Amino acid sequence: MTKKNLRAYFPIFALPTFIAFLIGFIVPFGLGIYLSFCKFTTVNDAVPIGTKNYTDMFKDPEFIHALWYTAAFAVVTVITINLFGFTIAMLLTKGIKGTNLFRTVFFMPNLIGGIVLGYIWQLIFNGILTHFGLTLTYSEVYGFWGLVIITNWQQIGYVMIIYIAGIQNVPPELIEAAKIDGATSFQVLRNVILPMVMPSITICSFLTLTNGFKLFDQNLALTNGLPGNRSELLALNIYNTFYGRVGYEGVGQAKAVVFSIIVGALAVAQLTFTNKKEVQQ
Amino acid sequence: MKDLKKGIALAMAASLSVCALAACGESGGNGGKTGGTTSATGGDTTATSAEGGKVYYLNFKPEQADQWKALAAAYSADKGVEVKVETAASGTYEEQRKSEMAKTDAPTLFQVNGPVELAAWGDYCYDLKDTSLYKNLKSDDFALIQNGEVKGVAYVIETYGIIYNKTLLNKYFETDGAKAKSVDEINTFAKFKEVVEDIQAKKDDLGINGAFTSAGMDSSSDWRFKTHLANLPIYYEYKADGVGSKAAIEGKYLDNYHNIWDLYINNATCDAKLLSSKTGDDANSEFALGEAVFYQNGTWAYQDILNAGELTDDDLGMLPIYIGAEGEENQGLCTGSENYWCVNAKASEADIKATIDFLEWVITSDEGRTAMATDMGFVTPFKTFDEDAKYQPTNKLVQAANEYIAAGKTAVSWNFPTIPSEKWKDGVGAALLDYAQGTGDWDAVKTAFVDGWKTEYDAAHAGDTAAADDGAAAEESTAEEEEAAAVAAN
Repeated sequence: MTKKNLRAYFPIFALPTFIAFLIGFIVPFGLGIYLSFCKFTTVNDAVPIGTKNYTDMFKDPEFIHALWYTAAFAVVTVITINLFGFTIAMLLTKGIKGTNLFRTVFFMPNLIGGIVLGYIWQLIFNGILTHFGLTLTYSEVYGFWGLVIITNWQQIGYVMIIYIAGIQNVPPELIEAAKIDGATSFQVLRNVILPMVMPSITICSFLTLTNGFKLFDQNLALTNGLPGNRSELLALNIYNTFYGRVGYEGVGQAKAVVFSIIVGALAVAQLTFTNKKEVQQ
Repeated sequence: MKDLKKGIALAMAASLSVCALAACGESGGNGGKTGGTTSATGGDTTATSAEGGKVYYLNFKPEQADQWKALAAAYSADKGVEVKVETAASGTYEEQRKSEMAKTDAPTLFQVNGPVELAAWGDYCYDLKDTSLYKNLKSDDFALIQNGEVKGVAYVIETYGIIYNKTLLNKYFETDGAKAKSVDEINTFAKFKEVVEDIQAKKDDLGINGAFTSAGMDSSSDWRFKTHLANLPIYYEYKADGVGSKAAIEGKYLDNYHNIWDLYINNATCDAKLLSSKTGDDANSEFALGEAVFYQNGTWAYQDILNAGELTDDDLGMLPIYIGAEGEENQGLCTGSENYWCVNAKASEADIKATIDFLEWVITSDEGRTAMATDMGFVTPFKTFDEDAKYQPTNKLVQAANEYIAAGKTAVSWNFPTIPSEKWKDGVGAALLDYAQGTGDWDAVKTAFVDGWKTEYDAAHAGDTAAADDGAAAEESTAEEEEAAAVAAN
């Protein structure tokens, strides 16, 4: 009976979200794909020009640079954020005094917006680098590690919470059994805890991977592409192409489409890979 | 375990939909807000707005945002026509224009900065040939004319050069072994260089941090060098060849550009390695606080300088930017415009008429002219402002510019609107910064300047021919467009 009711009301419950999804995602996405094949000044006067935008896009050395720069950034942040996040989660599930306080403190950076964070860290970095007669925007290498530090600082707390939930869900009897069988704590971690928290790892690596690729506001606030657009991540490169270059709106749009495909493909690949590693409880 | 994953997925889905809904709510809120302002200004106008015309000005200059609002309110109160003024925050005009122009209630009045932007926005510009706006221009040099149509009309003429602190410079002239005794002696690059380097050597005696303010390469300041300073080598090359634009620049005066850039970065308030993060505000406050003697900027910086420190009109003067070109003793300041009014051709007839009426009122009425000349401090290219001395600006830097013209010096024209693209400027700017920091050499600047020009010029022109082809393709595509529109409507 309840199931039947639920089915009857399904459209009513789903409709608001679906409409929001349609307006906020499907329509802009479809329009975006259409615009990527057009030449336009404002989105209302688009004239289709075939695939020219896509060929132009790969002629732009800055785009290729941004692509590699972003890929490197995503790889580094996925590894560091998950490593640190997991380590802190392990420490904070050991029942240390003040665990709750630490959890809160670690989570808090995540509540600050990216732009604010970018400007604050810019001050901090420049404050330190000034002692060496340098600034953060001196070279794109500094910008890179600056961004890595900010993203870590911001996202470690978030993945930590997910890992804590995962670790707490590992049945204590499994760990106990392993210990009785003489497993070292490293073996417990390797063979019991890790496989059991695999679903959390799936989610966290998905989140950090896509976040790494999509990072925009921190990049804008911290370096704004300086020096010479060489610390530009993909999202900022797309934004600058669309708004900053007269006549390149279509190319910017084409970049955005390619960008979504890359992020989507990577996310799917990563999900299938980590899903395989999950174990049934 | 599965439950946990499901729970998190659910939470994520929920947060996603909340975000989506919040976004809708926000844009709805904005709509409500603009609706609010519109009806607020419209409140006292409902009686006469029966003909339906209204004005929406998307202003480029944040320095004058409040003055435009006040002027619009005065016009609304007087004529009963609704005038809305929105100003884009510094550096965001491109974005604002692009998104506002796509709306149903698009701006009826917007700005372009010259021929390069006109190429993109030409279709949106109403022909102003028959308006008194164009007829009152002192010369066609101040109009953007494309295929015989007047697409844009300049409304402010600006001048830049090297602003100097008169008090500090006079103090230097009195020191022992000063390389010059009066500012009139500085009329070549060689002399200027001697003076600058001597000031830098005596900076502690003079109580300053450097001869020049920091040549910041942050985006709030880099245009001073990659655009305004770059204008000089371009100007002299055009002049030598007797042309007004070029498909390929040779970089004949690049060595001069090199010299002046060296002078800027080696005699400044800060080490060249810090330039990448120095902003326009930094340079402005260094100058306003008397930490430096020279500051390359223009008449628009006048208010900012006065507001940031204790300098008064008597402390300010402006020198031409000498780069060591032949005959520069007679060179004046750099004068031109990159602010053109364009009326949105895609607006309704009534709105276009209302907009033109408003602009005509601005340049002919006492209120409008006073606001532009006194409150905003503009020098305008309109004849109507010559009718009375009170419509001449009080801006001290403008007066300095006029003195050079009165002394018979040749003003340097603004040639950067002929720069093929923003990309060119970015390339030159990045190379200049690398050179200054020591992470690159001057050859990279040459490459960006000469080869970059050709690449960007060719790209822009390839675009032109493609656009012509598109014209033919446009008709076939209407069916597709309708389809897309139908999809969007669904």
